Amino acid sequence: MTQLLWDGLFVGSFYALIALGYSMVYGIIKLLNFAHGDIYMLGAFIGFAALTSFGGIPASLSIGALIVVMMLSMLLTGGAGVLIERLAYRPLRGAPRLAVLITAVGVSFSLEYGVAAIAGPNPRAFPVRLEGDVFDVLGARISLPQIILMLIAAALMVLLNFYIQKTSTGRAMRSISLDRNASLLMGINVNAVITRTFFIGSALAGAAGVMAGAYYGKIDFLMGFIIGLKAFTAAVIGGIGNIKGAMLGGLVLGLVEAFGSEWFGGQWRDVFAFGVLILFLTLRPTGILGERVTERV
Amino acid sequence: MTAVLEVKDLQIGFGGVKAVDGLSFSVHEKEIIAVIGPNGAGKTSAFNCITGFYKPTAGSVTLKGQNITGKRPADIAAAGVTRTFQNLRLFPDLTVLDNVRAGMHLYGGQSWFDAILHTPRFRRSENRYSDEAHHWLDFVGYRGPRGVPIRNLSYGQQKQVEIARALARKADLLLLDEPAAGLNFSEKQVLLSLCRRIRELGTAIVLIEHDMGLVMELSERIVVMNFGREIADGTPAEVKANPAVIEAYLGKDDEEVPSHGDA
Amino acid sequence: MSTSVDKTRTRPRSNSAGAKLSRFMESPKIGWVAFAIALLMPFIIATPYALNVMTTAAIFVLLASGLNIVVGYCGLLDLGYIAFMAVGAYTAGIVAKSFQLPLLFTIPAVIVMTILAGLIIGAPTLRLRSDYLAIVTLGFGEITRITANNLSITGGPSGIFGIPGLLEIGGIDLQEPAIFYYVTVVVVALFVLAAARLGKSRLGRAWRFVREDEDAAEAMGIHTYKVKLMAYIFGAIWGGFGGILFAAHLTAVSPQSFVFLQSALVLMAVVLGGMGNMRGVVIGALVISLLPELLRDLSDYRYLAFGILLVVVMVFRPQGFWPARGFEPERPAPNEAATESEPAPPKEAIR
Ligand SMILES: Nc1ncnc2c1ncn2[C@@H]1O[C@H](COP(=O)(O)OP(=O)(O)OP(=O)(O)O)[C@@H](O)[C@H]1O
Ligand SMILES: [Mg+2]
Repeated sequence: MTQLLWDGLFVGSFYALIALGYSMVYGIIKLLNFAHGDIYMLGAFIGFAALTSFGGIPASLSIGALIVVMMLSMLLTGGAGVLIERLAYRPLRGAPRLAVLITAVGVSFSLEYGVAAIAGPNPRAFPVRLEGDVFDVLGARISLPQIILMLIAAALMVLLNFYIQKTSTGRAMRSISLDRNASLLMGINVNAVITRTFFIGSALAGAAGVMAGAYYGKIDFLMGFIIGLKAFTAAVIGGIGNIKGAMLGGLVLGLVEAFGSEWFGGQWRDVFAFGVLILFLTLRPTGILGERVTERV
Repeated sequence: MTAVLEVKDLQIGFGGVKAVDGLSFSVHEKEIIAVIGPNGAGKTSAFNCITGFYKPTAGSVTLKGQNITGKRPADIAAAGVTRTFQNLRLFPDLTVLDNVRAGMHLYGGQSWFDAILHTPRFRRSENRYSDEAHHWLDFVGYRGPRGVPIRNLSYGQQKQVEIARALARKADLLLLDEPAAGLNFSEKQVLLSLCRRIRELGTAIVLIEHDMGLVMELSERIVVMNFGREIADGTPAEVKANPAVIEAYLGKDDEEVPSHGDA
Repeated sequence: MSTSVDKTRTRPRSNSAGAKLSRFMESPKIGWVAFAIALLMPFIIATPYALNVMTTAAIFVLLASGLNIVVGYCGLLDLGYIAFMAVGAYTAGIVAKSFQLPLLFTIPAVIVMTILAGLIIGAPTLRLRSDYLAIVTLGFGEITRITANNLSITGGPSGIFGIPGLLEIGGIDLQEPAIFYYVTVVVVALFVLAAARLGKSRLGRAWRFVREDEDAAEAMGIHTYKVKLMAYIFGAIWGGFGGILFAAHLTAVSPQSFVFLQSALVLMAVVLGGMGNMRGVVIGALVISLLPELLRDLSDYRYLAFGILLVVVMVFRPQGFWPARGFEPERPAPNEAATESEPAPPKEAIR
């Protein structure tokens, strides 16, 4: 029981990291960025490339190396996110929603098969594998790497929250998601804020990618596909567009999955998560923390 | 005379703003009623409540004795209300004719089965759709091309087509949201006579309008709104003389504005 | 191919090669031309490999025409369309195998199952914003595959083998590759024709109204939810028939055939060809399915190229390469004509 709780929270913190990017971008430009899961994959591969080029890393240094590589990967995936927004999404601002969605699918496709073309279609083993002692806490087996990764995820989320609540860019983000036109009139540089949003969201996904690589030990070019779907589910559960909701949604989804696969069998894990998505969309499309709005006619 | 439309104590709010706050009026057969009021008074919101796009938080809307409050827009349209939008809501990539055909969807006359097999029923009904589309375009005095996508047309022409589309619905009640906005003088004259001809079809009209000349000339009664509330309802002459209306339009320099924020 | 008959065009005609081509593309004959070419192909090249490729391409055309109903006509992005083909193929395979029936007799079961699938996924989500639908369908596609992979009735990861053939009558086995190719071409042609006709009917117009502006459509009394559900169900049925043909073609069904990549390829055919225009979509489908056969060497980069192409097309030519032409012939002197006593409508009305 505690084991399930812990496992759920652990996986959920990954979902939360990725869901954040989904939700932030959605909050600001009302775009479902399908490519977001692939940014996570890209992050993992950047981490992979960086670690491989360092050569052998002694196990004692692996945590430090991992954090350095994670930062690097965050920078690069953040940049990739900005670039994607510039090249693919910005020209289509104001275009019909369908066109934008299809573009996002195209971006996702390009990322997946671009990485496949460069790194090959077969799964790769991540050069650094986090290993550590296993503790027994209240009957749950908890490993050191899990604790470290969760701490990193939590730190990133705390930072993000601080950024959004306390800085002027954060305030601008919130005001744009409330009313884009009014924000324009107030003299907020909307484009700059959108760029930053993409940077931050993508960087978080990139960090999650490196962490997943180090934890699971294996990466492949389609690894972002299902996780993107899960992150979206998490964002919807929490209330899409809502930052705290994304974090909450991630954890909730992690828990739901952990218990679901315990009861129904692990092979139904994804089906179960998806069922939860449908349930939420049907019964409470605004999510746990979202508010109902009347769309202007 | 029976009331075509009866609005009672209608209310809707968004967050803290009460966009419509206790609006009541009724429309009788062949009447032309104007709803006026300063920007943001809640006129369009009231239309949206009547046509089901917004769910009113309180109050009732009755159409020919039938309660339509809170029904979905398509059902209200089927019950006999048709409308235009303040910012044109046409189907930009479709032809002028197809835009008007949208108003005829409820005519039915063919199933998907007829369409796949091109049965005589299908041809008959398609003929009818085309004939009537042309008819309504003629009726509103539209003179532009008809087989081209509507986004290529001028604003005035698009407004005409939107009215033609609404008329094709053949409803008992037509709601026009600022039909004269952006039209020049002669276009407004055409609109004036068009409204009168629509009335002759047996359709009652409620229009939101800022052009006072047009409103005074056309409407039997005027409903005046301000900050979501109804401040007057009467004949043009009565409304013109009403001090509350004059105040709403000319404004008083005191704390009138803040007082509505916490309504 | 389509019978959509736009007899006259009131557009300025130029005689450049491009104009000629586009005029040809819009002529009603093109459907027959395409059909004739498809029928003649086996006389030009009839190796088993070529027949296989051409049959596959024809099935792909069917899928694209079905997805075009959903995405092109109605503007609903379905990213898991291949799931309907999966439902069709598995239903056909399971029913045919367990009752030892020719595949042809599984059609009713397939129709029922695909409609059910369409309702299950469409009913809860079609009320929501269109982008939710997109991602839910994406998930649905995956779930369908995973379910097929996990259940024993679907044969698990290895799928179903030895599915009976379509039909055998009077010593003619429809399963014989050349015959099967012809059967496929005729079936696909009929479905494409039906989809094109649907697009030019009251229901087809309603789909377009919903695509262009849901609120305005509602205001005209169109139940957008029902109309969307109809598009979804038609799309599902088209996919289901694609599944029957697929099962018959391979005599086997397995989960690997229904990965997201397949859905994305069908979507690409629709988008590149020109959403909403059946002719463009057919050409798009042929290009997407045949091009990789011609460019085998570049297989590493082809999906990358598809992805980039998708973005480029959306940014620079969102209507696709052969978009639907929103034109209709004019009537002579419409204005002063007495509206009541109009003469018999010109042929335009038959569209
Ligand atoms: N969907 C909505 N969400 C939030 N606020 C809304 C919504 N629709 C209208 N409002 C607000 O309700 C108030 C009334 O707006 P409405 O459009 O009804 O005014 P109006 O009388 O039609 O004004 P105008 O003459 O400018 O058209 C405004 O303050 C507006 O911002
Ligand atoms: Mg208004």
